[in-house]
Amino acid sequence: MPIHDQGYRRYGGTRAGIGRAWQVMTRAGVMTIIAKRQFLALMLFAWAPFVVRAVQIYVAANFQQASFLAPKGETFREFLDQQGAFVFFVTIYVGAGLIANDRRANALQLYLSKPMTSAEYIAGKLAILFLFLVSVTFLPAMMLLLTQAMFAGSLTFVSNNLYLLPAITLFSLAQVLLASTTMLALSSLSKSSRFVAVMYAGLFFFTTALFNALRGITGRSSFVWLSPTASLEQIGDVIFLLPPRYQLSPSVAGLTVLILIGASLYILSRRVRGVEIVT
Amino acid sequence: MTQLGEAPAHPLDAPRFAGPVVQCQNLSVRFGKNWALNDVTAVFPAGAVGLLGPNGAGKSTLLKSLLGFIKPDKGSIKVIDLDVATSPLEIRERIGYMPESDSHIPGMNAVSFVAYCGQLSGLPATDAMQRAHEVLYYVGLGEARYRNIETYSTGMKQRIKLAQAIVHDPDLLFLDEPTNGMDPKGRDEMLELIHDLAHHKNVNLILSSHLLPDVEFTCDHVVVMDKGTIATYGPIDALKGTTGRVYELRIKGDEARFISVLRSEGYEVHDSDEDVMRVFVPGAAGDNPKVLFDLAARERVQVRHVRPSVPTLEDVFARAVGEK
Repeated sequence: MPIHDQGYRRYGGTRAGIGRAWQVMTRAGVMTIIAKRQFLALMLFAWAPFVVRAVQIYVAANFQQASFLAPKGETFREFLDQQGAFVFFVTIYVGAGLIANDRRANALQLYLSKPMTSAEYIAGKLAILFLFLVSVTFLPAMMLLLTQAMFAGSLTFVSNNLYLLPAITLFSLAQVLLASTTMLALSSLSKSSRFVAVMYAGLFFFTTALFNALRGITGRSSFVWLSPTASLEQIGDVIFLLPPRYQLSPSVAGLTVLILIGASLYILSRRVRGVEIVT
Repeated sequence: MTQLGEAPAHPLDAPRFAGPVVQCQNLSVRFGKNWALNDVTAVFPAGAVGLLGPNGAGKSTLLKSLLGFIKPDKGSIKVIDLDVATSPLEIRERIGYMPESDSHIPGMNAVSFVAYCGQLSGLPATDAMQRAHEVLYYVGLGEARYRNIETYSTGMKQRIKLAQAIVHDPDLLFLDEPTNGMDPKGRDEMLELIHDLAHHKNVNLILSSHLLPDVEFTCDHVVVMDKGTIATYGPIDALKGTTGRVYELRIKGDEARFISVLRSEGYEVHDSDEDVMRVFVPGAAGDNPKVLFDLAARERVQVRHVRPSVPTLEDVFARAVGEK
């Protein structure tokens, strides 16, 4: 029987409106990642600090002798700092191949031949990384706050430190946006996810090493702007109402982070196209 | 989604889009200093249209301009009556695109990939999955639909690209070199599929190819491109010419002079393989090769071989590109 006799039918069903393709992309991306056992193991490790802090809060709330373990506003700042390591690993695991793999398989022209703009494509990919990074920063930090209220049996700590709600949200957002946009921009520059991972790790280690070397040589920490990680730490201190740890205006550190995010978005807008034109 | 056995919402013979599917007006695209498309004005009618031309003629650039991937430097394009500049998403919702190069979404099996493409085109998840199974059977990948695409052969990859392009039942299909890299059997099957889509399933399509037989087998109309311009366009039958005949001719003597004599008599001459030239003799005179023998006798050349042939798309192509 000829192949074409096996049938092809007109489609008479409903169609979703334009502008929803990025959600399809995000859903598929999230499902693909969470189906991987390695990733689930990584997420378990990422939540381990939460468990430790929850035990600390429980002990402090229930045993007088351990009242020195009682959480303060700084505790949440430290917690998010610790989660920075997992932000790094999750960003590499999830983000390195997000666009690089599509470029390797020439999938961009397929995506962009569907009713989807390049901005939607970028949004769909960003959303995948954003969701996983939020789940290791904002989510456990907020749950920690909730855990404190539950174990203490009152909202006194929360109401006394009400600034923690916007602080956790803002700092998590800064961490997540910086990591996700930078990684996605790097991912759009190569067809190899391994190379992207190395570039990302190199970028952060090299800039941090450069900053520390200059700090060691000059004895001044005003070179914070050279390191995205240190700039983020400086912003974090301000957000959590702590004295800034480096000798640089927090606004300059904030500008560094904004410039990095802006540059990443610019690279993405240039690299995510249905066709590559070499002139 | 209509269930099997129910009457489909759109019968197969229902027209999709009857007007001109593509209208280009003074379209120009420049890459650096080179004009990839130079003042192209053309109307692609509904049905199967072949976009023919040698490598570098501007076929793929035109297709990518139609998709909105490339912004023209000048001119305007309408696809299914929608302006590419203002309604690119509405257009992409109604078209299917089969790219020339290998393309897939990494890490997916065939059925997930095609269903995913259906969802990206706006189909609900259940409908997309159902249609993915159907179109994979249609393109001949039914048995291999749970295999990872990265393990597919070149021919299978071509089929899966066609499947993702038709899963959402588009009004217009863009096929860019669909038989690239296929073995002869696979190529024939792919051409049959395309012919079936165009002539039995009423899918409007534009087939870009440099392979004349592919276009001749699947299409009713042709647009011939050369060096970024339209060399000729129209129904294939009309372009081939209804009166006149093509002769394959081999002579002994001054071939160059004889060709110029033939041309001065108003005959079209194109080189073919092994010293054989194809001579198109227009009008009723073409029914008899005597005119060629008379000319040969007059010019004192020997006719070593003469065989009547029929005008093919190759002649149209050679004429159009040669004229330019």
